[in-house]
Amino acid sequence: MTDDALVRWDWIVRELDEIARRLGEHVLLTVLAVAIGFGISFALALVIRRRPILHSPVLGVAGVLYAIPSLALFALLIPFTGVQSVLTAEIALVSYTILILVRNIVTGFAGVPQDVLEAADGMGYTPWQRLWRVELPIALPVIVAGLRIATVTTVGLVTVTALIGLGGLGYLIVNIGLARFFFTATLVGTLGAIGLAIAADLGFVALERALTPWARSRRTG
Amino acid sequence: MVAFERVTKRYAGVDEPAVRDLTLTVPSGEICVLVGPSGSGKTTTMKMVNRLIEPTSGRITIDGTDVMRLPAVELRRRIGYVIQQVGLFPHLTVADNVAVVPRLLRWSPERVRDRVEELLELVGLEPGRYRGRYPAELSGGERQRVGVARAMAADPSVMLMDEPFGAVDPIRRERLQNEFLRLQRRLGKTVIFVTHDVDEAIKMADRIAILQRSGVLAQYDTADAILSRPASDFVEHFIGADRGLKRLSLRRVGDISLLPPVLVRVGEPRAEARRRLGGGAPVDFALLVDAAERPLGWVHRRELDGDGSVGPELAIPGSPTLEPESTLRDALSTMLGSSVQLGVVVDGGGRVVGILSVDTLSEYLRAPPGAPEGSANRGPESRR
Repeated sequence: MTDDALVRWDWIVRELDEIARRLGEHVLLTVLAVAIGFGISFALALVIRRRPILHSPVLGVAGVLYAIPSLALFALLIPFTGVQSVLTAEIALVSYTILILVRNIVTGFAGVPQDVLEAADGMGYTPWQRLWRVELPIALPVIVAGLRIATVTTVGLVTVTALIGLGGLGYLIVNIGLARFFFTATLVGTLGAIGLAIAADLGFVALERALTPWARSRRTG
Repeated sequence: MVAFERVTKRYAGVDEPAVRDLTLTVPSGEICVLVGPSGSGKTTTMKMVNRLIEPTSGRITIDGTDVMRLPAVELRRRIGYVIQQVGLFPHLTVADNVAVVPRLLRWSPERVRDRVEELLELVGLEPGRYRGRYPAELSGGERQRVGVARAMAADPSVMLMDEPFGAVDPIRRERLQNEFLRLQRRLGKTVIFVTHDVDEAIKMADRIAILQRSGVLAQYDTADAILSRPASDFVEHFIGADRGLKRLSLRRVGDISLLPPVLVRVGEPRAEARRRLGGGAPVDFALLVDAAERPLGWVHRRELDGDGSVGPELAIPGSPTLEPESTLRDALSTMLGSSVQLGVVVDGGGRVVGILSVDTLSEYLRAPPGAPEGSANRGPESRR
């Protein structure tokens, strides 16, 4: 391939299906990572809520995981879970979401006012009903804020999984753009990842607005 | 009826119990106010009724049923609960807040909706305007009303109120107190009401339980009895040096026996008036009234010498007129502020009913509570 033009539009048009496929893979890897990460983090947050003494140890471990460079983590996992393995990718991706999500979920629950909890108990909610119908809705804005950061971070990290042989937009950047010195592919992959991150972020904002109509209403006068 | 039988609460790691060996019975339909300084265990006592706090020993029964024998959530759904910070659910509308307990009890949607409308009307919040609002859009007083409506939603026979009007300004508090008393007269709940404010206790209570350190019951009686006969130095100190004045605000002018005045009508012969004043009456003044028995003023015995009839010009004005509905405290204040310290009590048509003197009031304060002059000596209706 030649690089006489900076952006080869004809390539983009020709490879539209391939680009769409890579985008789909990217979305899938991201959604999987954030969903699993959220499930684990939510469970951890509930444990911390029950036993506050575990707060520092859990966040400490999550912090260490977060500090491992992503490339290093993939490399370390390969002997155990293999190359070109979604498992390898997800273990690493999920690990990175946990610090952010646990911290936000715990903060969200901690922000539920004490008088509201007391009223909920006094009304006769069971602990489970109180969690789902009172605490979770009130904690939601802070939890969604965590999901936004975790998702945007994950979208970026998924590009790295191309290095262990997975698809996603990273494939365009690494396997086509870098390997063949083809700038157009790198550009498409990069802009795609950025666009995906922004779209996900806006999606969460819309979701939060839809789920928390009460947070917008303030007394006027 | 809510009964505490030798109830003790100890918190782990604290030597002194929060509540010690408390025995107390709140009769059905009455407001019992728990009052005491901080650390007296009043909130702990209240929260043991719906088991937000569980007693270490002793028994609490509601209409004979031990509260520990019911599942806690079931018990709580049957007891109304109002707290100072209100604790409305910020993510639910006013209607959904009020509907919480009925929904927990799985009422049908129609029944819930009707009940919400009824309750909002009851607490003076127009359903059309307030139903769909969120707590953040309400004023402090409005929130407190929603809190009361929410507590009453499933029509509990027992209500627990923890300083319910403590967080609003004095003017709104007064209004909320009056509204609640009006509601209570209609609904007759058994209410356990916690406050640290003696005046609020006197105003709201059918009976006041004064707690001192560690939930020791210092005195449990009507406001009148506590104010006139404090059981200990602690109670006397706690209710304050102005307990006489506080007691006066419990009664209305119409509740106590008034002095019968010597009446002299305009146009009556002087000799006749003299004869009546000179008889058994130990007073030098007669009250001059017009043909409709409306007071004109006082006439001294000296002015009645001679012949002819009594004219209106003889009247010495200056006595305040009082209404039977005024509290004794207001009456005293009116009388002290006028030149003649005798109040002429008149009925709705302005006719003289009797005379109230400062002496009568001080006599009343010396008398034991529940003495014959009290037509009804308990219950909010007799005071308002």
